[in-house]
Amino acid sequence: MDRAVPIARGVPRFTARPPVGSIVKHVFLILAAIVVAYPFFFMVTSAFKDLLEATHTPPTLLPTELHPENFVDAWNRAPWGRYFINTILVSVVVTVLELATACLAAYAFARMRFRGKGILFTLFLATLMIPGEATLVPNYVLMSPSKAACLGLPCLGWFDTYQVQIVPFIASAFSIFLMRQFFLAIPNELSDAARIDGAGHLRFLWSVVLPLSVPALITAGLITFLGSWNAFQWPLIVTSKPDFRPVQVGLSAFRQEAGSSYHLLMAASTFVVAPIVLLFLVAQRYLIQGIARTGIRG
Amino acid sequence: MAAEVIPANVRESSGRRLPVEGIQAWLFVLPALLIIGIFKILPAIAAFYMSLFKWDVVQGAFRGLGNYTDWLYDNSLRSPDFWRSLSTTFTYVIFTVPLEMAIALVIAYLLFQKMRGRGIYRTLYYLPYVTSLVAAAAVFVWVFHPQYGLVNDVIGLVGIGRQSWLDEPRGLFELLASSFGATLPAWLAGPSLALVVLSLVTVWHYMGYQIVIFLAGLSNISNEYYEAARLDGASERQIFTKITLPLLSPTTFFVFTVASIGVLRSFDSVYVLTNGGPLDTTRTVTMLVFKTAFQQAQFGLGAALAFILTLVILLFTLVQFRVLGRRVNYG
Repeated sequence: MDRAVPIARGVPRFTARPPVGSIVKHVFLILAAIVVAYPFFFMVTSAFKDLLEATHTPPTLLPTELHPENFVDAWNRAPWGRYFINTILVSVVVTVLELATACLAAYAFARMRFRGKGILFTLFLATLMIPGEATLVPNYVLMSPSKAACLGLPCLGWFDTYQVQIVPFIASAFSIFLMRQFFLAIPNELSDAARIDGAGHLRFLWSVVLPLSVPALITAGLITFLGSWNAFQWPLIVTSKPDFRPVQVGLSAFRQEAGSSYHLLMAASTFVVAPIVLLFLVAQRYLIQGIARTGIRG
Repeated sequence: MAAEVIPANVRESSGRRLPVEGIQAWLFVLPALLIIGIFKILPAIAAFYMSLFKWDVVQGAFRGLGNYTDWLYDNSLRSPDFWRSLSTTFTYVIFTVPLEMAIALVIAYLLFQKMRGRGIYRTLYYLPYVTSLVAAAAVFVWVFHPQYGLVNDVIGLVGIGRQSWLDEPRGLFELLASSFGATLPAWLAGPSLALVVLSLVTVWHYMGYQIVIFLAGLSNISNEYYEAARLDGASERQIFTKITLPLLSPTTFFVFTVASIGVLRSFDSVYVLTNGGPLDTTRTVTMLVFKTAFQQAQFGLGAALAFILTLVILLFTLVQFRVLGRRVNYG
């Protein structure tokens, strides 16, 4: 049996359980679930309360009156439309380009022979060990407009742009590794057949390998998209204008702006979190499987 | 006949195509190599280079290891900050990782048994992990609010006085002791209450990820062990401590490493919850890097500090690779 499948499907395990243990178990799991879910519940319910009720102590469980206009108020208090366009644009472009570079590289590593393959693959894997903190300052300098700060290299001058949030992230050793593992499992008979039919590597990759790899593509794509949507530190330091800032940085700024208008802050938090939670609920199977697989298989 | 012809063809053609295939393969790898090279490998080297110079926005004089010795002992303004942030960072790890792992393991173990609503539980526990910490912080700051926060109301029910939580620089043990009218020496004060809250939010955020990894680890343990143990009349507790825990240990170690690295590197959670305060009691190394490099514009010092942190993280990663390497044999 495939080792990655059981957590998604559920494997029969412990047979008959004593009922007492079962109750204790459920009580524990439900308590944990309440603690985990409470912040979400609090966020959404507070978003519908008026200011007085949202700051009432102790907090009311449910809003006594629904105030959906909070969402409109919150939306109008900051350039949220711009923030969302920025985040969606950056996340989608990063995800698409990252998958493209990952598939090409992973295909070469999985199914082609070339000089330096072993060294190059080791180099890619080694970059997984470099934490973002190590490269933060030089990358910041590289993006800065000031020639003097630029290590004598041509300065990119990319502060307050889209490309500063996109280009550094369109290749990841992690995705290459994940896709390579998947490509390795594709039977050789298929590539032999394709070669005999005269198909080149690019053709074989596009019309045979990729259609077979949709689950892996979704997993890698989701992980990248999620990281891009929630990105905070990098856009925080390389953008200063709302024109290019993503929603997370926008929300962080909105926390100061909203000040004591707590109900509006909760409304804004709700619409920042909602898209990614919905995406997760739709596609969680791929994400959880992928994390279980790559987590365990390193 | 045919069986002989085809391999010959393939061998011949692949022999002739090999140099072309080599060029094509390099072209396939090139985009990824360029990006990773320019934005990951070169900056890692550049970071070390920068750390050897006085570099306040613009490159200054060569200092050798001066930036490092400033942090470690030489500079009476810098080195106390460094040692304090290092100790804060490790305290953050110690108060987060074991708690997080214990809860995740228990939940994973419970969920692993055949039960109703398992998928719903798993989805729910995983939800915080996909939620941005910026949004989560907006909520938690309120939940732990000194005046309005629900947490103060809840602990009020069991007779504990109101706390300042994220605004509280005093230590956890210090507060506990003072509630009994005792005073503790400063070195026993423990992590600030603000750091404890930070740990709790971190546990909330990462728990679901760890549950998923533990579940995968549990499903790798063959059912035969459990069946054999049951035939021998082992109790549930014996099964857990004598079979599950030992066989799960590679997963446990993996989770420990990943979780520790996650906390060592964490920036978002600290930035949005406390921004290093109150009274610098949550200024972790990453926050100190941020302050030095981007608020004080001391790139050289910042790079040196980041490099020290990188060494600590590399140490954890190398240990993990070794253990994972060993794991391959377990098959």
